[in-house]
Amino acid sequence: MQKQIIFLIVLLLTLGVFTYTSIRIARFFRLTKPAFRVRNTGKRISETMKVAFGQSKMFRLPVVGTMHALVFWGFCVILIGSVEMIIDGLAGTERVLKVLGVVYDIIIASGDIFALVVAVFIIAFLVRRLFLHIQRFEGSEMKRASHIDANIALTLILLLMLSLLGMNTAYYASVEVKGAELAGIYPVSSLIAPVYADSSPETIHLQHEIYWWLHIVLIFIFANILPYSKHFHVFMSIPNVFLSRLWPLGKMINMDNITREVKMMMDPETAFSEATDEAPIERFGVKDIEDITWKNYLDSLSCTQCGRCTAVCPANITGKKLSPRKIIMDMRSRMNDKGPGLVRNGSEYNDSKSLLNDYISKEELWACTTCNACAKECPININHPEVILGMRRYMVMEEGDAPGEVKAVFNNIENNGAPWQYSSEDRLLWADNIEVSINEQE
Amino acid sequence: MEKKKIDVPVMAELFSKGKKPEYLFWVGCAGAFDDRYKKVAAAFAKILKHLDISYAVLGKEETCTGDPARRAGNEMVYQMQALQNIELFKTYEIKKVITICPHCYNIFKNEYPDLGADFEVINYLSFLADMLHEKKLKLDNSVLHDRIITYHDPCYLGRGNDIYDEPRELLATMTPALREMKRNRSNALCCGAGGAQMFKEAEKGDKEVFIERTEDAIDTGADIIASACPFCMTMMTDGIKYKNREDEMHNLDIAELIVKALKI
Repeated sequence: MQKQIIFLIVLLLTLGVFTYTSIRIARFFRLTKPAFRVRNTGKRISETMKVAFGQSKMFRLPVVGTMHALVFWGFCVILIGSVEMIIDGLAGTERVLKVLGVVYDIIIASGDIFALVVAVFIIAFLVRRLFLHIQRFEGSEMKRASHIDANIALTLILLLMLSLLGMNTAYYASVEVKGAELAGIYPVSSLIAPVYADSSPETIHLQHEIYWWLHIVLIFIFANILPYSKHFHVFMSIPNVFLSRLWPLGKMINMDNITREVKMMMDPETAFSEATDEAPIERFGVKDIEDITWKNYLDSLSCTQCGRCTAVCPANITGKKLSPRKIIMDMRSRMNDKGPGLVRNGSEYNDSKSLLNDYISKEELWACTTCNACAKECPININHPEVILGMRRYMVMEEGDAPGEVKAVFNNIENNGAPWQYSSEDRLLWADNIEVSINEQE
Repeated sequence: MEKKKIDVPVMAELFSKGKKPEYLFWVGCAGAFDDRYKKVAAAFAKILKHLDISYAVLGKEETCTGDPARRAGNEMVYQMQALQNIELFKTYEIKKVITICPHCYNIFKNEYPDLGADFEVINYLSFLADMLHEKKLKLDNSVLHDRIITYHDPCYLGRGNDIYDEPRELLATMTPALREMKRNRSNALCCGAGGAQMFKEAEKGDKEVFIERTEDAIDTGADIIASACPFCMTMMTDGIKYKNREDEMHNLDIAELIVKALKI
């Protein structure tokens, strides 16, 4: 009973902190703009099954992709065991899900194997980060804090796996020594169990208790650190894939407020009659964090800074300042910086900074070729060009700011209907002298 | 071999005679004004004639789709162009549009519908691949059999709209030696000209994107870079020049290769 009460207190504490964090993030979401209506549930489920649970885009890098996929699938299986631990903790039961029979055996056996697999891969990931020079993990946006963040998360996951294996091993040994009935199958832990050969039942029991508490408390700590770390990815990436943009990568979203203006210019009468209430004057494009959509913000919370986007960016590859990963990371840190002020003081709040210029420079934005390599590469369907183009829209339409040659393109299109300065009278010159071989004609 | 001049039918002229062609061939600004790419427009017109397709061009009435403006952030200019074009298409009751430029294709297909456009858009490679399947277009490798060809995926056909197989299928009928670059299909590297980069100097860096991409092509040992986009063509042609390979390497559009293969 005492154990149950302590567990309940720890759980409530965890949920309390988590609720606080969730409210904070929900308030940030409320600052953002609408993106799209979430429809096509069937298509979304199939995209989630393929990209999130199937890890399809991870395999674009086959080796690390496979390692990540196994870690992910391991997490999914082990999560079921964690749910069981919470039930056990509250109800004072032991391995309550054993009523599932064979299914339980399969879950526990695969969890036991996955714990080892994940631990080994996490060590490999740590070695990679600490001792190998992986270019993808470098770049101006990858500050010391980013590396520390990554290493803390990896270390926590490693401890989670080791405590799980410890718990399973002690459980297996305690059942053996008591001659009780074993719940579940333990392909890995049963091999480690002989370390307890000379231990007394009391020692084994105590060790089991220690590992059990260690594992569950680590989970609670992990869950509450995640939202403040790049590893929020663990929670957000599946929802982010479910909420993917379902249109082709080539498509840009229409600005309906511009459509109203253009229609008014072209045909004032119909446009006026169509116009509903006086809409508040909106800013065109993205200048600061309140101009991004909820989907852009969700993208930024889901990003784990893997850098696959930056590694394929033609601008970045050729030494330009643009890094798609930085754009996504900047959105998140801008929200962390300005969000609280906006929540407290309302939309008038101004800290005399903005996402454009103070976080993301114009030089970065003009380097993008909109080739969509970044978005194609992102394993969780983040879309970087959408924000980049949103900021170009602000620069051009609100500030009239663009490179001189680009301004000339705008003028040419407006005046003679082509990006170059040629007369539309000459549009058919290409067709003047087309000759075909005569034998072909008949 | 004797030559005969062909005429390119113009929409306004056909319409005034009460004729309605099946397709609009959207030439695009590069097809109209870029000296190199004009030849691609002409090559495609030859193929349309060869296939006896009912089509017309807008000629002097054609105008920019607004794509370069839109991708440079000027939504206002884009939408004015788009709404004008949509009106013009309605006037001529245009239902099917064939494009050669992937940027025109993408904006018609994915973005014009948001402004009320209602017409079918077909990229010329999909159109030609269909003709190949229907056996109307008969290609073989008798002309290009000793040429090594590598295909450069334009971003707005490949990643933008998932058109990867059609160009490869067409090329594979014309050469036994179609070689992939190390970055191909959805991993293909941009030529560096998209998103209005075509019209401006690149930002400061340590290399030009088109050189990086040309090196991919050179690594294949190909003597022809097949392209399918006017901007890619400018970039790849420049890349070949920059690398002093003009004698042993050429950049041709798939339409031009088909014209060669058909000997028309």
